[in-house]
Parts: sequence; C-alpha cells; structure tokens
Amino acid sequence: MSDVLDVVTGGAPRSGQDPDAEPARGRAYWALADTLNIARRHLTHFRRQPVLIAWQLGFPIISVLLYGFVFGEAMKVPGGEGDYKDFLMPGMFVMTMAFGFMNTAMGVVTDAQKGVIDRFRSMPMAPSAVAAGRGVADLVVACAELTILALTAVAIGWRPDNGAGNALTAFALLLLLRFSLIWVGVWLGLVVPTPEAAGGLYAVAFPLTMISSVFVAPSLMPDWLAPVAAWNPVSSTGTAARDLFGNPGAGGASWVEQHAGLMAVVWPLVVTAVFLPLAVRRFQALSR
Amino acid sequence: MSGDGGRGVPGGRRTRDDRGDRGQYAVLARGLTKRYGGRPGAGEARGAAGEQGATGTGGGAVGSSGRRGGRRGKAVKYALDGFDLTVAHGTVHGLLGPNGAGKTTAVRILATLVRPDGGHAAVGGADVVREPALVRARIGLTGQYAAVDEMLTGRQNLEMFGRLFHLGARRAARRAAELLDQFGLVAAADKGAGQYSGGMRRRLDLAASMILAPSVLFLDEPTTGLDPRSRSEVWDSVRHLVAGGTTVLLTTQYLEEADKLASRITVIDQGRAIADDTPDGLKATVGGSHLEVVVSDAADLPAAVKAVARVADGEPETADAERRVRAAVTDRVGALADVARTLRDEGVAVDDVGLRRPSLDDVFLKLTGGRAPAAEGPGTEEAA
Repeated sequence: MSDVLDVVTGGAPRSGQDPDAEPARGRAYWALADTLNIARRHLTHFRRQPVLIAWQLGFPIISVLLYGFVFGEAMKVPGGEGDYKDFLMPGMFVMTMAFGFMNTAMGVVTDAQKGVIDRFRSMPMAPSAVAAGRGVADLVVACAELTILALTAVAIGWRPDNGAGNALTAFALLLLLRFSLIWVGVWLGLVVPTPEAAGGLYAVAFPLTMISSVFVAPSLMPDWLAPVAAWNPVSSTGTAARDLFGNPGAGGASWVEQHAGLMAVVWPLVVTAVFLPLAVRRFQALSR
Repeated sequence: MSGDGGRGVPGGRRTRDDRGDRGQYAVLARGLTKRYGGRPGAGEARGAAGEQGATGTGGGAVGSSGRRGGRRGKAVKYALDGFDLTVAHGTVHGLLGPNGAGKTTAVRILATLVRPDGGHAAVGGADVVREPALVRARIGLTGQYAAVDEMLTGRQNLEMFGRLFHLGARRAARRAAELLDQFGLVAAADKGAGQYSGGMRRRLDLAASMILAPSVLFLDEPTTGLDPRSRSEVWDSVRHLVAGGTTVLLTTQYLEEADKLASRITVIDQGRAIADDTPDGLKATVGGSHLEVVVSDAADLPAAVKAVARVADGEPETADAERRVRAAVTDRVGALADVARTLRDEGVAVDDVGLRRPSLDDVFLKLTGGRAPAAEGPGTEEAA
C-alpha cells in the first residue's frame, strides 16, 4: 500500500547518490503509510486463510437465510402490512455491523497477547497506526459483508424501494455504526486478558443486539422492555435504514423512534466520543 | 552464516559516531525502578519508603523485595529496584538472572515499551523516556514478548516490518530477501510463520529485529524453550550479528548461554544488579571449575580422594552413594591430566572423570549468600 502512496506522491524520480533512498517525508505521510500497511496486514490474513473469509462472510448469509425462512412466516411486521423478510433485512445488516466489534476485539487481544503489538510499539512507526490500520481493515471487511448481505437479500426478494441515493445513505449509516464500534472493540481487546475471555463477550453482545428493533419492533415488546429496545443505538440505525430503504416497520411512537435518522448519526458519534479516548488511554497504559 | 555480517545492510543507519556524551555507552541505565501494584501515583512516596527499608526503620519494611506500599499493607512489587547497567559498544552483554529477577522488565524499559518509575536510561545516546522515537530507530527487539505475525509468511512478515520501518516497498522487499538468505530461511520463505519450527521462528524474529541493522539489539531469552539444535542455530545467528558490529544485550537464565556469547555479564536478582563481570571473573567468584571423578568400585574412593586432593583448591567432597569425588580446581587442564594419570598409575577403574563448570545455581548460591535461585518473582515477600 505504501507503494500505492509512492505512486500517488510521485516517489519514482529520485535524485541523489542512492537511487532507492527514501525522500524526507512528514509525519502525516508516515502515519498514513503505516496505517495502510497495518490494514494491508489484516487483509492479507484473509488472503492467507480463506477459511476466515468463508466464516466471516458466510455467517451473515446463513443468518439471513435462517432468520428469513425459519422465522419469516411466524413474525409480525409492525403496522401489519408487508413481508417480514423486508422488515428483517435492514435488521440483519445492522446486526452484522454491531457484532463486528467482536472481530475487532478478538484481533486486538490476540495481537496483544502474542506480542505483535509490542513489536510494533518498539518500532519507529506511528503508534496510532496500530489501531487505525485495524479500523481501516475492519471497514473494508464491513463493506464486503454489506455487499454480500445485500446481494443475498436481493436474491431472496428484498428490495430497497426508495431510490439509490437513500439506499447509499442507509449503507453509510450502517458503516458509521461499524466505525464507532471499532473503538469499542479496540478498547475491549486491550481490556480483556485473553482471546478466550474475548469470546465470552458474545454473551453480552447477543442480548445487546437482540433487545433492539433488529428482529422485532419495540412496540410489540412488553412495556418495560420497549423503551430499552427503542433507545438501543442499534435500533436507531436499524429504523433509519428501514426508512431509507423504504422497508416496512420503520415507525414507532417514541421520540427516539421518530428521530431515528438523527439518532443514527448521534449515537455513533457519542459512542466514538466515549470509546475512542478510552481506547487511546488504554493503549498508552500499555507502557505503564 | 559466517563472518561477513556488515555487508548487505542498508547504509547510514548505524549511528555509532554521532552521539553525545550519553552515547559513550551503547546502553546506560542508572537506578531504574519499576513498581507494580499499589496505588497509582504513589511513585514518589516510594523513595522515602525505600530509604526506610534499607535502614530497617520502616514499619512494614521487610527488606528490598517486600517493602509495603500503601497503608493498608498492600504489597507493592518492585520488578526493578535501582537497577544499573552499562553496556559497551560492539559487545555482547549478558543479563543473567532467574525467572522474575527483572530481566524482561529491564529490556522492556530499554526498548521503550514500559516507562520506568524512577532512574534514567539511554540507548545509543537517546533517552528512553524523552526520546523514544530516536531509541526505536536504533534498536531491535527479539524475545518472549516481541512476536512475528503467525498468519503471514516469513517473507510477508519481513516485508511488512520493513515497510513499517519506512524502507519503502522496494527496499523492504530487497531487505527481506537478504535477511531470509542470511538467516537460512529461503526454503521456508513463503510458508506461514505459524508452521515454522521453534528455531526457525526465533530466527525469523531475529531477522525482523535486524531489518534496520540496529546499533543495539535486545535479545530477551532468545533460546528459552528451544531444543539444543535450534539453540545452537540461534547462537550462530547472534555471533554473526555481532561480527557485523551490532551491540547485543542478551537476557538469559542459562549461564552456559551467557558464557558462550557474552563478553561481560550482569547478574540481576530481585530487580538489582548484584554482579557485573566477565564470564571468567564471574566463575572465579563462584569458585571456578570443579574436577569430578566417578570411580567404578566404591572401594577405590579413598584412592580417588587422595588423587584429587593433590590438585584441589580445598577439601574434596565425596558422595559415597554415587561413588563420586568433587573438588574446586584452578589449573583446570593440569589438574585433570594429573588426576587422570595418577588414577591410571594406581589402577583405579574410573567411570567418569571431567571438569564441571559452575552452574547458574552455583553462581546464585554464591552471590546471594545461599539463597537458591528464586522461583518466585521479585518483590514477593520472603518467608520470614
């Protein structure tokens, strides 16, 4: 990737004694180059281990098929109109994005435990690139996941009915959610001691995504649970996406559901504002 | 793998000549202290507690290892407790100590991975706390806690690290090829590092720390857990690097390893340097070599004792059950030849006769006044 940068920054014609000597470059250049190199490392993992790709991309497909066909006929869409599959698909997109923080956390804790992060920290590279590179790679993977999910959804009959612009906005909101959860993942990866312990986070992640509008509209939940589900950040992105895709069941009576589009931007910003500094502090605390 | 070390190394990275006063030594550490546990921010109070502990007046003080930090008696553990180290340029310096002595903490501080709570240290003339970026450009780190990426191939690892060392893609690729060749990894270059044997892994590790041809290389227990063959492969690689002019700080639990590689050894125990000497000097402190004779027939023991006593520095020890006689000797080869001749002349059948070098256990027993190499970490309290 830094060869890409070389091309971009015109690295080819070099003067001086050593034809290969690196021209002097600023910190910003190296921070970016380091980030792309770390991202490239993570993406190379997928190339080296096709099973990882199969798992990471296959799981969402299987989920779509399972939930779509197994639950499909039994579930109600709020408002009564429309196919549950149309209601479900945006929810599946959101769930895949939300679970993504587990992959981030798992990767970070594995690197920390194996000493890879220490190796990076002992090198004259930009320290921020360790997390930023992982973030870039995670977003690339998230794009691939969303593409595959959307294609699968289209194959079983889901359609975004509201125009390409709105659909793209919906995908942007989904990626924004994933972006904010990168920092949750990095922080958790630095907090938990082992990859095994990180695996236990599923026990937390699962209810956090289930108590939301992913599978069922909050209005169909018990009165005490409905507000919790409605105020779940995952719900806001889901509701906003349904709205933008023109899928059924986007509504809701509460303020947060009425302003899902706004909250789908606000929540990720809040999560980032909280967890980005936490992750940075935790990373710096490695040297204590 | 022999002798032509400096060649093929990217030029201009060695900084031996452009250092200031601090750069007189490759590594210089004075009074390094690292405390774990206790309350954060209580670091400054520690100095006073230290004085009290040293003079025996502190209420909860139980010696250097187990001083109590907070009021509630929560033990503050000192991984390093006033650690000093001086490493000359172009040498291999051994840092020898048992598990938990503070070796790894010392290396982590010198490699800028951990900040010390007290004292100061400079590597290649750059301060590890104030100029970490300069230090990082001058060091290589290999060992227990600096790993390669197991999912990538050996070549991908070296190219990635090369790019992260800011060599640029082309030079990184060329450097990776050179190092794979130099470390005997060409055949395995495009296999996943996860499939490497222990020795190959360690050599890849070494190669990764050598990308910039650092002026100082930290090797943290580079052969722990390796079989003898892999161990000697790693030793060969280290000798090769030193021939190329790299300064090496080697931590190890094995006296043999320090003896084989290092020209000077610092012994560390409970976070402090307790000896600093050449390998021979260190062994002399411990009492040098021992001559050992094992006779075939227990009846010959007195004759063997007599033969050994003639050349021994002190009274020979006998172990009747093992039919063994053992004594410290100074003129090692002379003593061995003498005893062998005497025993043959007297017709004593011998199972084994030989020189035994002092073990790390011997060094420790001597230097710490009889306390066996601590299996427990530094700062755990000694039994009263």
